[in-house]
Amino acid sequence: MFSFCSDPESLSALPWFSCYLTTGKHMAFYWSFGTVLLLLAITAPVALAFGFAGASAARSHFPPLRWLGKGYIAIVRGVPDIAFFLFFVIALDQGFEYIRHKIKCPDWDQPIRQGNDFIVCPEAKLPLSTSPQIWHEIYGFSLAILTFALVYGAFSANVLYGAMRAVPRAQIETAEAYGMSRRQTFWRILVPQMWVYALPGLGNLWMVLIKATPLLFLLGVEDIVYWARELGGAKMAKFSSYPHPDWRMWYFLALLIFYLGFTRLSEIVLERITRRLSRGQATLAGEAQRKAAA
Amino acid sequence: MKKLILATAALALSAGMSLAQTVRMGTEGAYPPYNFINDKGEVDGFERELGDELCKRAGLTCEWVTNDWDSIIPNLVSGNYDTIIAGMSVTPERDEVIDFTHEYVPASPSAYVALSDGVDLKGGVIAAQTGTIQANYVANSGATLVEFATADETIAAVRNGEADAVLADKDYLAPIVAESNGELKFVGDDVAIGGGVGMGIRESDQELREKFNKAIDSMKADGSLNALLKKWFGEKALLW
Repeated sequence: MFSFCSDPESLSALPWFSCYLTTGKHMAFYWSFGTVLLLLAITAPVALAFGFAGASAARSHFPPLRWLGKGYIAIVRGVPDIAFFLFFVIALDQGFEYIRHKIKCPDWDQPIRQGNDFIVCPEAKLPLSTSPQIWHEIYGFSLAILTFALVYGAFSANVLYGAMRAVPRAQIETAEAYGMSRRQTFWRILVPQMWVYALPGLGNLWMVLIKATPLLFLLGVEDIVYWARELGGAKMAKFSSYPHPDWRMWYFLALLIFYLGFTRLSEIVLERITRRLSRGQATLAGEAQRKAAA
Repeated sequence: MKKLILATAALALSAGMSLAQTVRMGTEGAYPPYNFINDKGEVDGFERELGDELCKRAGLTCEWVTNDWDSIIPNLVSGNYDTIIAGMSVTPERDEVIDFTHEYVPASPSAYVALSDGVDLKGGVIAAQTGTIQANYVANSGATLVEFATADETIAAVRNGEADAVLADKDYLAPIVAESNGELKFVGDDVAIGGGVGMGIRESDQELREKFNKAIDSMKADGSLNALLKKWFGEKALLW
């Protein structure tokens, strides 16, 4: 990075660290923070959408849709995350490849399962083995988002389902008395009012999601915990220009500060949203706001 | 006209892509001198240099991928990469699941490292990396085995007293002992476990295996493999 970094052994502590902390490996570590934040930024709305769809389905008056919604919530909530990440993702990946294989190579005559091996024609590989590494990473990342969204979607579906039932019955009754249809009641009365009941549960989920990102490495995405472990491990002078003993404690301390700072920031934002959503609601907080204003 | 040009360009591009076969080389990136991530963040080490040369001789385009040691075999058989080149000793158990190329590192001994002499190697607490031949050996030796996901953590466990000693490839331990300023030392006798080191290939991928076998044999024949072994494992390295 800097011109004086060519001979790190001769440097004193401060320039040594400025060189050490800007190696290509450290840059990859800093980038991985971006990866994690991007994952959270995409996963949260997608999971919320999954949750909303699941909750709406679970309270549907059409039985098959209701079973689908309830089944989704029950199954995904009951399976450990790590099992999902190890089994489901491999199955999903192989499922995609199997479908592409059927479409792209109709006259392939060898079996797809040969002993332990899963063999599809080269054109069906996802991504193609000829494509650059970045596509493999993007693919792994997308699988990660889909899996996270599916798992956290089930939890948020349950939270939203509860929130929908928490909206006072009197509100719904009034809407019906005004002659609103079921659909109108849902969108105009129920949905705007349910968020304030859902927010504590959704806030919890968000906090858990922030801390679940190390599961990313199971999918081959190099996240901050992977890099902290790799960078913190003892380095020998023979294989690195920056030899050091086991520094994992310091790297994990940095991660601890990052996670604490990030969750604190989330708490502040969630607090604000709660205050904003309570405005004009038939809840204690809403009542308090009304009184303060009066 | 524009469309025609675009179509020809796309055709030319796709034809060019299918010409050179891309082989994805899976490694661990945490086992120097075999393979490690260098300061630039790239895969480096004996196997990087060897793999690049083998690919050149076999006329393949190679791409390097890192994967956890724990799941390195499952990810090979499900097709996430095409070879394992990660200091993996050939054993009958592994050979049942995947196939191996000819060996490129002769069967080299494993060794115990501890803070002091007089450690009870048969009844004490011994650290080893999960899923290695050494972990298997310790489990059967009567000692208490503690497993770690990476080799680096096994050394840390000995340093902080969590384990009495560590059992690993001597090639891996030698530079660590040499640079520890006398803190760590070899204890007990060397142990011969497992065969030499070869590349892991899917059982259904015999064509690729033949290509790498030929390339390995040619490197053995012209002495370039021995030169690489000497460069990375020192003058006392076992040669072909």
